[in-house]
Amino acid sequence: MISLSSPVKTRAHDWPAGAKLAGLCAATIVLFFIENLALHAAILVVVAGVYLSAGALFFKAGLRQLRVLWPFVAIVAIWHIWTDEMQQGAVILLRLVSALALANLVTMTTRLSDMIDVVQVLTRPLAKLGLNPVALDMAIALVIRLTPVLAQKGGQLTQAWRARSQHKPSWRILLPFTVLALDDADHVAEALRARGGFTPLKDP
Amino acid sequence: MEKNIALIALFAAVIAALGLIPKITLGFGVPITAQTLGVMLCGTVLGARRGTLSVLLFLLLVAIGLPLLSGGRGGLGAFATPSAGFLLGWPVGAFVTGLIVEKWRAAPLGLVATVASVIGSILVIYVFGIAGLAIALDKSLPEAALLVLAFVPGDVVKAVIAGLLTAALFKARPASVLSR
Repeated sequence: MISLSSPVKTRAHDWPAGAKLAGLCAATIVLFFIENLALHAAILVVVAGVYLSAGALFFKAGLRQLRVLWPFVAIVAIWHIWTDEMQQGAVILLRLVSALALANLVTMTTRLSDMIDVVQVLTRPLAKLGLNPVALDMAIALVIRLTPVLAQKGGQLTQAWRARSQHKPSWRILLPFTVLALDDADHVAEALRARGGFTPLKDP
Repeated sequence: MEKNIALIALFAAVIAALGLIPKITLGFGVPITAQTLGVMLCGTVLGARRGTLSVLLFLLLVAIGLPLLSGGRGGLGAFATPSAGFLLGWPVGAFVTGLIVEKWRAAPLGLVATVASVIGSILVIYVFGIAGLAIALDKSLPEAALLVLAFVPGDVVKAVIAGLLTAALFKARPASVLSR
């Protein structure tokens, strides 16, 4: 499966992922406390500049990721034109775009393996509460591997339906789909147990 | 242990796959994005604890940059959009859904799972989602609620489907329906 990190290599790819995430948290909180329109506009220009500094291709990919915002932009714009509070509306919109662009920036410049390392560090304290770190690693790997398998099975069920019916697949197709998933879970569980399972090895 | 891990991972993958398969059209022509159906099923089939873990695992994978949300969305940006409240409500919704199915054993499973999905996976998730919208768009709660009311009927249909599926799964694979 392809991660959303950008194939365009940037300098930020080599920065520590934990620092980038902490910076993102801080920046998002700060964004929500700024109410000054000029400041928000300046921030957005800086963010756009950062994207551009990694090249036109990176910038375009970043823009594409922002398209999910358009329904919200439309709603806020109409709302604030209607209530005649344009300045407040502009602040909200600029904040939305900057917050999403910054978050995407971290995802685009951080490799999946670096992210998983951060997850391992962050979940280490949870081991005391009974979270098995080996099990978490295995679960992450299983989801990454099994999602395309399940999607393929779903696609096959859809084709089988189409071959037999004039109608479009209805929700009924979900029953064989989930039964297949439950059976897969059984097989995976057996395979895991056969390979030693999750009982941690005791130190001699 | 291994079976729990396998089921938790599998249901996280089911939520993801429900976002990938071609949209399923209901009888009267309403296409549904089925991912919240996956959240409901996590609660009704796996129960409160495992269902929550499964949804959390899914969200973790989204956060670290996998495009698992419907439409190929994902990454940290998914939690920076105004609708992020709905995502944060998913694990809580799965927990409440699972808890109701685990505790309420007097009625037929299909009915219980439907009601549990309505309360846990619609009511609870909308509370989170509406709060998130209100914060991100700087609106009052009733104003934010107004924006999402149109999606409630589709979600109720999903809850009914989740109930029917859970009952059918319990017949087909009783050992794997851990909430009962």
